[in-house]
Amino acid sequence: MKTLNRRDFGLASALALAAAALPARFARADDMEVHIDNFVFQPAELAVKVGTTVTWTNRDDIPHTVVSAGKFRSKTLDTDDKFSFTFTAAGDYKYFCSLHPHMTGIIRVE
Amino acid sequence: MSAFDHDQGGGGVNRRKVLECMTWAGTGVLWTITGGVPRSLGIVDTVAAAEAPGMTFLQISDSHVGFDKAANPNALGTLEEAVAKINAMPAKPSFMIHTGDITHLSKAAEFDDAERIISQTKLDVHYVPGEHDFIDEEVKLYRERYGRGTKGHGWYSFDAGGVHFVGLVNVVDLKAGGLGNLGAEQLEWLEDDLKGKSKSTPIVLFAHIPLWTVYPQWGWGTEDGARALDYVKGFGSVTVLNGHIHQVMQKVEGNVTFHTARSTAFPQPAPGTAPSPGPMKVEDAKLRSLLGIASINFRQGEQRLAIIDTPLQG
Repeated sequence: MKTLNRRDFGLASALALAAAALPARFARADDMEVHIDNFVFQPAELAVKVGTTVTWTNRDDIPHTVVSAGKFRSKTLDTDDKFSFTFTAAGDYKYFCSLHPHMTGIIRVE
Repeated sequence: MSAFDHDQGGGGVNRRKVLECMTWAGTGVLWTITGGVPRSLGIVDTVAAAEAPGMTFLQISDSHVGFDKAANPNALGTLEEAVAKINAMPAKPSFMIHTGDITHLSKAAEFDDAERIISQTKLDVHYVPGEHDFIDEEVKLYRERYGRGTKGHGWYSFDAGGVHFVGLVNVVDLKAGGLGNLGAEQLEWLEDDLKGKSKSTPIVLFAHIPLWTVYPQWGWGTEDGARALDYVKGFGSVTVLNGHIHQVMQKVEGNVTFHTARSTAFPQPAPGTAPSPGPMKVEDAKLRSLLGIASINFRQGEQRLAIIDTPLQG
């Protein structure tokens, strides 16, 4: 997937659907991690390919959320809780913590 | 006694002397305080409290019931200690306000535990929610318990002892990259609520997140707080009480006194002194000196309310 070019987008979408259905088998190579440490999403900006599953882990002693208006919204994540979202469409996904809105991040899906 | 003596003869001269300012210099805080300021005392002034005339009410904040991390493995226990402190006061206060983050995770059991402990004060308690009180899936537990008779997300006003109290909600509909938020509907209500009040009526605004900008890098402020403060500009005495930042901070601007209360659960670092505003772990012996309650006294004819912060210990 690393060398994916524009012409492979259709294939990527197909793979994304497959990944959603069979996450353990197909999504692994695309898994990406974002950590929440000290009220910061790390990395705050992440570029991924269509079909990638991003998992956020809260490593703070304070609950946080991961919210992208109209796109995805995690439950409240207590310490060490995780939230995953699979990006099936290209675009820029800005997100923030709805409890601490100065915490912002972006996933660029291409 | 000095807390109650500060504004004697309280005319314009005193007010002009109020030069308290708070300057953010890099990552630190510089304080300059002169007379005419409601002072926070680091000790229990029981004599003053016993003799204080007028109305006294209490503020507790950020009890975070359910919190059990390193900064305080027993937040319920320290809330119990705060309640014991209140029950031991020589003069019974008129009532109490709680400025939010009653619970840590908005769980029903956390709300129940908080209620069980706080009700032991046998005081009327006026609540406003913190962001930690609105994180249950259906966002209903706070409002079921404390929302009766309130507007919108839980704002309201009431009168006591000649003072007009307004409880505001600034933890809902927060915008990405922003601070606390009151919103147009609440601001409109506030403007209306204050309309027709005599300008000599002392006003107390209370909300969870500071209505003034304490440290925006950590989200410590309210995006549209300035609009609320506009509506109280003409009043002779305005006191703004907040929580959220788990430490005492105050400043005075004209006729407005801003004050934040300690948490009963865990301390947070002074602005910019740590990588994040998260719970601050201190040595066990020091913890209770950083937790506490506030007592606010109002005397008819005094422009300012006297605020005494009392730590759980020390």
